[in-house]
Parts: sequence; structure tokens; C-alpha cells
Amino acid sequence: MIENDTGRKLAVLVCIWAALLLAPYWMPPLGGYTALGTRVLILGLAAMSVNFLLGFTGVLSFGHAAYFGLGAYGAGLSLKYLAPSTPISLLMGMLLGGLAGAILGMLIVRRRGVYFAMVTIAFGQVFYYIAFQWSSLTGGDDGLRGFSRQPLDLGFFSIDILSNADNFYFFVLFCFAIVVAVMGFILRSPFGRTMLAIRENERRARFLGIPVERHIWIVFTASCFFMGFAGALYALLNNFADPKGLHFSQSGDFVMMAVMGGMRSFWGPLLGAAVFVVLQDYLSSVTVNWMSFVGLLFVLVVLFFPRGLLGVVRRKLVS
Amino acid sequence: MLQLLLFNVTNGLIIGAFYVLMALGLSLILNLSNVINFAHGGFLVVGGYIAYTITPYVGFWGALLIAPPLTAIIGLATERVLIRPLYGRDPLYSLLLTFGLAFIFEDGTRFIWGAQGKPVTVPAILAQPLSYEFFFITGYRLFMVVTVALAVAVLFVLLRYTRLGIRIRAGTLDLETVSALGVNVGMLRSLNFAAGIFLAGLSGVLAAGQLGLEPTMGAGLLMPSFIAIIVGGVGSLTGTLLGGLLIGVASGVTAVFLPAASEAIMYVLMAVVLLIRPRGLLGEEGMMT
Repeated sequence: MIENDTGRKLAVLVCIWAALLLAPYWMPPLGGYTALGTRVLILGLAAMSVNFLLGFTGVLSFGHAAYFGLGAYGAGLSLKYLAPSTPISLLMGMLLGGLAGAILGMLIVRRRGVYFAMVTIAFGQVFYYIAFQWSSLTGGDDGLRGFSRQPLDLGFFSIDILSNADNFYFFVLFCFAIVVAVMGFILRSPFGRTMLAIRENERRARFLGIPVERHIWIVFTASCFFMGFAGALYALLNNFADPKGLHFSQSGDFVMMAVMGGMRSFWGPLLGAAVFVVLQDYLSSVTVNWMSFVGLLFVLVVLFFPRGLLGVVRRKLVS
Repeated sequence: MLQLLLFNVTNGLIIGAFYVLMALGLSLILNLSNVINFAHGGFLVVGGYIAYTITPYVGFWGALLIAPPLTAIIGLATERVLIRPLYGRDPLYSLLLTFGLAFIFEDGTRFIWGAQGKPVTVPAILAQPLSYEFFFITGYRLFMVVTVALAVAVLFVLLRYTRLGIRIRAGTLDLETVSALGVNVGMLRSLNFAAGIFLAGLSGVLAAGQLGLEPTMGAGLLMPSFIAIIVGGVGSLTGTLLGGLLIGVASGVTAVFLPAASEAIMYVLMAVVLLIRPRGLLGEEGMMT
């Protein structure tokens, strides 16, 4: 039985990675385009970062878009003013998002439940507000422009990720794989088990001598680093950083992706992001009232699929 | 300078009073039902637009009386159909649901009334300034403050002295015990939700007279209300009252010296409060923290 389970998990993993690796080849015939696949991958990574905190530690941050947006601005500003290098911009974006999260995290880790959610929303808006107001640096409402991702220079040859969409997709997939591997590694470690313990019963974890606040702070900070990284990739994808990427409605989208795909599963948020992005892309092309439909989607998922798509599948498999 | 300062403090108090009205509605719902009502701004906008629609028939005063209860009825229906099934679950779900509702409200009002801003005419008696020296204290602003003060007083009296109010306060502390004592908790939550939405509707009518109406205005007014609740302390209505006035005055005073930071000061205030007194000014430790 256990062997069977491991076998199935392995088969699922192979399928996921095969689908991701071959996406530039199977997406266009189905009516998609490669940049859409790249967007799914990046937003999926962001949703997985949110879920790293929400699904595995049980802490609801509703302001994570702030760190995503900070990552985007960090990457954009680095490319524009610091150095025309893609890896450096990714690093700067990740650092900006992660460090901001680390500092704010100290202020908020002692709050719980709805209080935590409210404080994260409010603090997230601070960055939106700064990006909006400080227009000499960030471009304000119009967003940050005037930078573009640079070819990857590997010494003996360089890869053009700017004009070749497929190359950029594979570059993003490579980054995605690294971050996902780090996440998976943390979750499998004793620290990851402790995260689950906190999620399941915080009081008991505390009685066992686990420094719950410190653990939550570490997880929060880690997820902000992941988020900043995803945001930096997003800025590279669009060659543009937008204050809307920091807004709490973007945070809501990320949480929605995680819930829609299945909060309790590792890959669920990626599936949720895929469905969400494709649906939004389609709806905004066919109706001006797409906002209502997205809102309706929120309501329907909450009322009828609170476990998410993978949760439903898993339940079917068990019964 | 003094006049400028006075102008901005008054202005801040008036804006603060407005935040208070909105935040109290949010706070009521949050305290009893543990629901962060993201659609509160949406209900506010709906209230404003209802007032706009019925003003030609019943006048401003009629709209002031009719629009808030109508909004409360919409709120009641929403609570019954959509939010009630979520009470037993993680607060995440009601948060996401009301978040989606906010989208629907914004898009719906745009669909029905158009994206263009709509002005609401206030009665002439309220539109004129009361004194030429202090030109900024218009009748309408005074009227707003008086209305808010009245609404807050009525709310606090109801909570203090009526059976329903006592049950709501008791339920905030321990809903399970209240339920065990034979109180219909579902009904209590519905009425409490409707009361919160009533305040949102009233805020909407008042905002319509001062700011005009736009489908997107709800989202912008939501964040200061959140901050008011956090600064005042989750779980305490008096705290919310204090928090709202405080951030209003703080942003009013800041507007004198550093206009660009007049909104940022609210966040700074929140960060300082969380650093020094994590539970908020009047919040009690252990209450939903």
C-alpha cells in the first residue's frame, strides 16, 4: 500500500514536470501562448509562497502582494539604475521583498487569526502607498518603465531571454524549480514538521516547547523571500512594475489561487493559478464586466469548493 | 497659521468621524462573528447610490431616512444566504467571500449607475458656510458630525441598555455560553450584521453629500477603517471610536506640515501603536489576538 502510494506520487510528479517542460509545445495548439504559460508559472510560484505560510503553518497573510510588488520594483530599479544584469536584478528583488517581510514580520507575528490578516493587509498597503506617491523613483500610478531583462551571460555563451519567449519560459521554469525544491526541502525537514504541528494545534506545540512566534516569523520571512523572487520574475516578464501588483486586491487573488487549487496540497496553488490566470485572461477578453465574474468565482469556490480542486480529487480517490 | 491648523484639525475630526461610522459597522461584525467584511465599502457605495436614486422623489432628508435601512436589508439578505454557511469555518473563507462580493458590488454599481461620478445635491440650508471667518465649517460638515455623534450615541445606548445589545456584547465575549443560555445565536448574528451594514449605508449617504459618488470609492475608504480598528484595539468599540478620531486628526494635522504624508501618517501611527501596545489602545489581551 505504501509502495503503491509512493509510486503514485512519483508518477504525478513526473506528469507535472513533463507538462511544465513541454508547455511551450502543447500550449499554442490549444489556443494559449507561451507568455501566458510564463505568467501561470510566476503567479503559481507566488501562490505557492502564500500557501507555504497559509497552508502549512495555518497563518493567513492577506498582504503578501506587497512583497511580490517589492520584488518587482527591486528587480526593475536594479536593472534601471544599478546594473544591467538579470541575476543581480532577481537577487535585489528577492532581498527587497524578503527584508521588508522580515522587518514587518517582527511587528506582527504575535497577532493571530483575523487580527493577523487585518494587520498584514494594512501594512501591505503601506508599500502600495509608497509606490504610488514616490513617483520620482517608482513612476507613481503609471508604474516603473524603462528597463528590460538582459541576456544571460554564462561566460562562454549567452542565452537570449529577451526576444525569445520560449527561452525565457525555460529560464523561469529553472528558477521556479529551484525555489520549489527549496520549499519542498524545508517542508520535509524537521522544521517543516514543526510548521505542520503549529498549524494543527498551536497551543500543544507551545507546550512542547516550540518557540511558536519565532517559527512563524521564520516561515513568514521565508515566504516573503519567495514572494519577492516571484515578483522579480514578474517584473522581468513584463519589463514593467506596477503599483497594482502591491495592492491588497492582488493579495486576495493569490490567496484565492491557493484556496481554489487546494490549500493543503503542495501543488494545489499552481493548479489554482493556472485556472485563475487562464479564466481571467479569457473573461477580460470577452466581457467588460469580468470583475463581477471573478467575484462570483470567489463566492462559488468558497461556498462549494472550500477544499479546492485537488482537495475534491483527493477525496474522490480516498472514497 | 493658526487658522490653517484649526482648519485642518476640524477637517481631520470630520473625516475621523466619518471613519468612525464606517469602522464601527466593521467592528460590530468582526467582534461578534469574526468576519472581516471586505464588502463593507461596497455596502457603503450601494447605500450612497440608493440615496442618489431616491433623492429626486423623497428629497435628501427622505433619502437619509430610507437609504440606510434599505442597505441593511440587502446586508441581511447577504448574511442569510452567503455568510451564514461560513460561520463554523476558518475566517479565511468569509474574508474571501466578502472580498469577491466587493468586486461584484463595485462592478454592479458601475453597471447600473455608470462609471461617471455622480454628485448628490444637499439641501440649501446645509450647503452654506456658517461663518465667514471660519469658512470651512459648512452646514453640511457640521451636520455630518452631528449625525455621526447621534448614530454613535444611539448605538452605544442600544448596546448598553437593551436586551439585544447586552446579548451582542455578551456574544462578543463568549458566544458559546450565550448560545447555551438559550439565545438564538443565528438571529443575533443576523441582526448584528444588519446593524453594521446600516451604519455602512448611513456612511454612504453622508459621503455622497460630501464627496459625490463613484463606484470605486468603497475600496479607498475601507483601509482607514481597518487602521482605526487596529489602532483602537480589536474587540473594543470604544477603541474603534477613539482610533477613528485619532487617525482623522493625525492626518489633518500632518496635512498642514507635510501634505504628501497625510495618508502615510495613519500607517505610521498604526506601526507605533503595534510596537508599543500590540493589542491596540483599548484592546484586551486574548481577545481574538
